[in-house]
This record gives sequence, C-alpha cells and structure tokens, in this order.
Amino acid sequence: MLLVSQLINGLQLGSIYALVALGYTMVYGIIKLLNFAHGDIIMVGGYIALFSLTAGHFHPAVAALLTVGGCTLLAVILEKLTYAPLRFAPRLSLLITAIGISILLQNVAQFFFGAAPRSLPYRELFPVGSVTIGEFSIAYTSLVTIILSVVSMVALTILVQRTKLGKAMRAVSEDTEAAQLMGVNVNNVITFTFAVGAALAGIGALLYGARFPLVTPTIGAMLGLKAFIAAVLGGIGSIPGAMVGGYAVGLLEVLTVFAGLSRWTDGLVFLVLIIVLLVRPTGLMGRKFMEKV
Amino acid sequence: MLKVENMNVYYGNIHAIKDISFEVAEGEIVTLIGANGAGKSTILKTISGLLRSKTGSITFKNDAIDHTVSHAIVKRGLAHVPEGRRVFLQMSVQENLEMGNYTQQKSTMHERMEDVYAHFPRLKERRKQVAGTLSGGEQQMLAMGRALMSQPKLLMLDEPSMGLAPLLVEHIFEIIEELHNSGVTILLVEQNANMALTVADRGYVLETGRITLTDDAKALLANDAVRKAYLGG
Repeated sequence: MLLVSQLINGLQLGSIYALVALGYTMVYGIIKLLNFAHGDIIMVGGYIALFSLTAGHFHPAVAALLTVGGCTLLAVILEKLTYAPLRFAPRLSLLITAIGISILLQNVAQFFFGAAPRSLPYRELFPVGSVTIGEFSIAYTSLVTIILSVVSMVALTILVQRTKLGKAMRAVSEDTEAAQLMGVNVNNVITFTFAVGAALAGIGALLYGARFPLVTPTIGAMLGLKAFIAAVLGGIGSIPGAMVGGYAVGLLEVLTVFAGLSRWTDGLVFLVLIIVLLVRPTGLMGRKFMEKV
Repeated sequence: MLKVENMNVYYGNIHAIKDISFEVAEGEIVTLIGANGAGKSTILKTISGLLRSKTGSITFKNDAIDHTVSHAIVKRGLAHVPEGRRVFLQMSVQENLEMGNYTQQKSTMHERMEDVYAHFPRLKERRKQVAGTLSGGEQQMLAMGRALMSQPKLLMLDEPSMGLAPLLVEHIFEIIEELHNSGVTILLVEQNANMALTVADRGYVLETGRITLTDDAKALLANDAVRKAYLGG
C-alpha cells in the first residue's frame, strides 16, 4: 500500500529528472558540451511561472506557456550569444562558459529577487485533489506530472526518430562535417536542439514547482545536478538513456527515504552512479559502434 | 564545370595547399593522384566549403562558391563523398539515403532511392540495417549512394578504394564508370593511381601541396616518372 504510493511518488520525481536529463543528453549529443547552465534555466522558469501568476495574474495556461516559451527563448539567446561564437574553440572553453552562465543566472536572480524562497501558487497551475482507485489514491499533481512527462517524451522520440529535423539532429550528433556535406545547416540544428532541451526544462520547471513549490535562485543547481547524474547513469548522449536514468534516480531517491535512509539519499544516488560507471563506463544505455576502416 | 584558381590553404602555420589551379569540364572524369599527405583531401574539403582558401577563386557552373557555406554548396549540385566514407553508423541504410536527400524534394525521394538501389542492389537488401553493421565495401557504396541522392552534377570522390579488397575496388570503379556514363561529372581523388588513371580522362599529380604534372590519363599512365613514383615501376 504505502510502497505503491511511494513508487508513484518516485515515478513523479523520476519524470521530472528524466525531462531535465533529456536537455543535458541532447546538448551533449550534439556539441559534446555538458551544459551546466541547464539547471538554472529551470530556476528562471520557476520565477517566470511565479511572477506570471502572482504579479501578472495570468490565466494558468498562459503562465505555463510563458514559462516554457521563456525557457526556450533564454536558451536560444544564450546559445547564440555565448556558445555559438565558441563553435571551434576547445571543449574546455565551452564547459567553463556554461559554468559561468550558471553562476551568472543564479546571481542575477538573487540580485533581483533576493535569496529568500518565494512560494509558487502551484494550486493555480494544477488541479487540487486526488483520484481514488480502490484503496489507492493518487494526487492529481503526480498523475499530471507522469502523464505530461510521458507525452513529452513520446513527442520527443517521434521528433528525433521520424522527422527530417530530428534525423538531421542525429546526423549532426554523429558526424557534424558529414551532416554539413548532406546540406544540413548545422548552426540551426544546434540552436534547435538547445531550444527543445530548454522547452522540456520549462515543462520540468512547472512540474518541479508542483512538487516543491518554493522558488529560490539555487533550485536549479541541485535539480540540475540530479538530472545530470540521471543522464550520465543512462548514458550521456542517449535519449532513451536519459529517460531510464531519470526514472532510476527518482525511484532510488524515494525508495531510500522509504527504507528510512533519508539522510543517505544523495550519497546513495552518487554511489549507484559510481558503481554503474565502473561496470559500464558508457552508462546503462550508452553504446559505441566500432568504426570500420 | 568546376574551376579552381590559385587555391592556398593553411592549417595554422602549415601551408598545405600551394597555389593550385585546375579545372573539370562537364562530362569528364578527372583524377588527382598523389601520396598520402599531398593535400588531396584538403582540396576537396576546400571546394565543398569545409575549409577556406586564403586566395583565388572556386567557380562551379559559372558561379563563385568560395564564400558559400557548405550546406548551400550541396544544393547547387556538388556532392562530396568524404575520405573514410563517413556514413552515419547509427542510422539505417535508408535513413542515410534520406540524409542524402536533405536538400531535395521529398516527393521524388523514393524514385531516386530506387535509382540508387539499382546501382547498389546490396544496399536494398540491407536497407533496414544500421550502417555500422555494414562491411567496408558496403559502407563505401552507401556513401556514394547517399551522395547520389542529392542529384549531383559533379561528384567528388575521396579515396573510394581505401581499405577495400581488390575485387571490391574493381566493383567500385565499375560503378564510377556507370555513374559517369549516366551523365555525372566526376572528380576522383585516389592513392590507387593505377585504377584512377585507367578510368579517368585527365589527371593531375600532386606533391606536397603542389601540382607537379598534368596530362591525359593515358599519357600519365605511360609517363616514366609517374610509373616510378605511383605505379610501382
């Protein structure tokens, strides 16, 4: 009974991690950048949701669209301003830039909004209450989170597997130069990848807000780190890997709490990551083709 | 069809291509031969816009393309099959061909895909297979088929025989002649000078970034210096 509701809890948290992890893994797949500013995009999304509800008094649907749109726009602007000029720079320059943007976003948020947590009126965004099936009751927020995440992931999979743009993304990710020779405008594809990752992060921001409805300038940091672990655990660069990794981390966290080890949650997540990487250095779903010469 | 004038390419401080000029007329097979490191691949990469020449001009079908981005060059009908094939290993054969169709209309894609399969029946058998599981020869066929999907007027082939067994090399060269007969102009870069000069109309000999000799392919095959340096005596 209690275990079942904890499992649902874990699926809810895992859904959020998976959505955020997808942003890491897609950007890594395409330009080999660990985009450490990705978590902070979620933080910005949190503030957009907060202010569009409290200050703007927008309809919740409008607030949600502004959040997702705002995250996407921010990521595209950051990509064009900071990463695009570094296209031919060493990878390390990109990584340091990402860390710099992360620090910048956190400090700008703190400067304008203060360090004190502000509470997000998430009840305006999500229906309150729960569904009861027999003896189980599932909160609407859990249900919405799980369904919305799965829908987003299915949509992403269709985009990447079936559409022309998605195939171009895979081609650029595998061999940028060869993709160019096919006629792919690589810069556009990279920007698009950032945009898709950030849109998923925007959805993640809303869902995260429903679970932990306090917005601070640093909420993105820990969430980002967890999602990053999920992406590495699943195999960085692999889209199904990020999904599996997200659910794995979410369930693991909730189950350690359930087992009475709540003080060890974060430690155990890292421990599992280390063990998986020792056994499978490419992560759970990561794989490498041997190139034939 | 293609005219390269005074090409100079640098990798940092290294002057890789030294003032090279050459041309390819419509309907020809022209080959650039030379040892490893002579700069053959660099020339092709510069023509397709992946690298830039410091000086001179590149003209394709009477348009200057030396400032055109590479993804726009493909669209004009200049396809480049890169060294080492560079097929998308994690995509299926069919998806690779779809990538080749990127600049072209989708409505006529399947027609052209059938044309490619007609040249390379082996690819049709394996169309659902991931390219990473193909043999080297099949990957070369896929790389060429993928380039053909873009309906090229000029096809640039970089070392199509590299790493292939002699029988496969012959097969690949038969296909090159087949393509040529169907109206595609070909610029062929090869270390296998013997095969290249056998199919080509004309050839240029490249040594450390410079063109040292140019003539009809037959004359080059008979040339003592060429025989000694590239054809094993």
